[in-house]
Amino acid sequence: MFVAWRDLRFAKGRFALMGSVIVLITLLVGLLSALTAGLARANTSALTGLPADHLSFARPPAGQSVSFTASSVGERQWRALAGRPGIESAQPIGISTVNAEAGHHTAAVSAFGVRPRSGLAPGETAPGTAVLSQRAADDLGARPGDRVSLSGTTLRVSAVAGDASYSHTPVVWIDLGDWQHVAPGGQRAGERATVIALRSGGGADLAAADRAAGTETRTVDGALEAIGSYQAENGSLQLMRGFLFVISAMVIGAFFTVWTIQRSGDIAVLKALGSSTPYLLRDALGQAVIMLVGGTALGTVLAALIGAFVPDSVPFVMEPLTTIGPAVVMTVLGAAGAALSIRRITAVDPLTALGSAR
Amino acid sequence: MSLQLDDITLTYPDGDGRVTALDRVTLHVPAGTVTAVVGPSGSGKSSLLAVAATLVTPDSGTVTVGGTPTGSIGRAERAELRRRRLGIVFQQPNLLPSLTALEQLQVMAHLDGHRPREVRERAEELLAAVGLTDQARRRPHQLSGGQRQRVNIARALMNEPSVLLVDEPTSALDHERGAAVLDLLARLTRERGTATVLVTHDRAHLAVADDVREMVDGRLTAAGPARDAAGGAPYAPTPELDSASDSSTATC
Repeated sequence: MFVAWRDLRFAKGRFALMGSVIVLITLLVGLLSALTAGLARANTSALTGLPADHLSFARPPAGQSVSFTASSVGERQWRALAGRPGIESAQPIGISTVNAEAGHHTAAVSAFGVRPRSGLAPGETAPGTAVLSQRAADDLGARPGDRVSLSGTTLRVSAVAGDASYSHTPVVWIDLGDWQHVAPGGQRAGERATVIALRSGGGADLAAADRAAGTETRTVDGALEAIGSYQAENGSLQLMRGFLFVISAMVIGAFFTVWTIQRSGDIAVLKALGSSTPYLLRDALGQAVIMLVGGTALGTVLAALIGAFVPDSVPFVMEPLTTIGPAVVMTVLGAAGAALSIRRITAVDPLTALGSAR
Repeated sequence: MSLQLDDITLTYPDGDGRVTALDRVTLHVPAGTVTAVVGPSGSGKSSLLAVAATLVTPDSGTVTVGGTPTGSIGRAERAELRRRRLGIVFQQPNLLPSLTALEQLQVMAHLDGHRPREVRERAEELLAAVGLTDQARRRPHQLSGGQRQRVNIARALMNEPSVLLVDEPTSALDHERGAAVLDLLARLTRERGTATVLVTHDRAHLAVADDVREMVDGRLTAAGPARDAAGGAPYAPTPELDSASDSSTATC
């Protein structure tokens, strides 16, 4: 790093320019990552927060994938699953998006119907009552004791708890029997639900259970793909993030390609003086890593500062995973791009140092 | 410790055939002496330096640097040999633009795994030897051509080489400064006991050499001592070579 450090100080302008590009790309990736995580949470937190490890859907027709919209399971199915060895708990959940009213306030909410003492809701549900998530309570201006109407069915607010959200709407936890009245479409009459939340001990034969119950079981994370909007939304954002990572690696690679070509004369001199190629590669890669770490650190700090001022209404999650994670990926991919470009150091002929062309 | 080249032949590809750059060249440079190699452009002087510097492997013959035969050693060992036994004074100073004069010398030790701080004193001593104590913190663009060339020389001596290869050190300097640089090289050669090969086309500076060889068409011939042992008469060049050197450029 003897020469690399001094090059960084000497060619301040060039490295500052490239460093600024890294800072800006990191900032963009950081903000996009936080937004992706925020949107994902708004789409799925009600499911990922369930005390369950699997969700069972009604088996879809051949050639179709499971979806929360199309799935409808009956009491026979959750009883069949509950009776399977290794399955500790099988609880039905009804899920539907409905209009809610409280006084003069209206809001679209996701009604999650669960059975009493199922342990799925953040508060105790009972017939005729509703547990509102914080955002649902805020949107409806409702507090415990108030009355809310879900698709014409009036319920008393028993508690405000949790911040569960599903498909970008706040969740209202109600009794499964009430949900069967509230859910749109008459097909849900009777003992029906949307999916079955499973808690298994790990030894359960879920494939056999599915065959017996006529269901298709997914892990909770795998089940998220069954939310219609989630896959398209998350896929688009992840694609953007991926492109940004690739672009940053290519930009860094291009910079170090030009930089290596520019200093190929110096490299030839160092080789002629007896420098080993590994020494020169370490020096150049170290220089790249210093610039990457500095640039991504500054970009991450800026993203965190901006994130601190983003209003609560924007789905924006600043967590270690969404801030440090992209910075680490940027650094690793950038170093890979730099490594690919500085490999041309190996091809520099020290004999050129003896010429008079420099 | 000396430099010995025995029966060296070097050819380069040239279209369908090969051109001979060095034709059975033998040269022995004892420690503490300067051997000048003169010759017209394209005669093979630079090829001779490249072979001696282990930058090119000859087709046949042996190169022995400070007692170490270089024929059978690999690329890493050759680099180590250049670091520890060889000093190269380039035709152009070839200084690294981001380093100060002092750091140009310290980097030589760093290449060999030493901390720059450990060799600071030696680097300062060498800069003093070439008269650049006051310029130690200046970068190449802040130095004159002559000062850069003196840093080039000091850098070549930094790792106490047993062999010093000097390629047209005065080509970028005026006559007076060129003479001063050559005097410095000769003095340092004797003081430090290096075996120095001086490639030059400037016959006015041959007086500093203990031995002078002519390179013509890849063959090295003995041209005699630079000074007459009894009277110190300067080396008298051949008329053909003189005219060739007058018309040649800095490149050899």
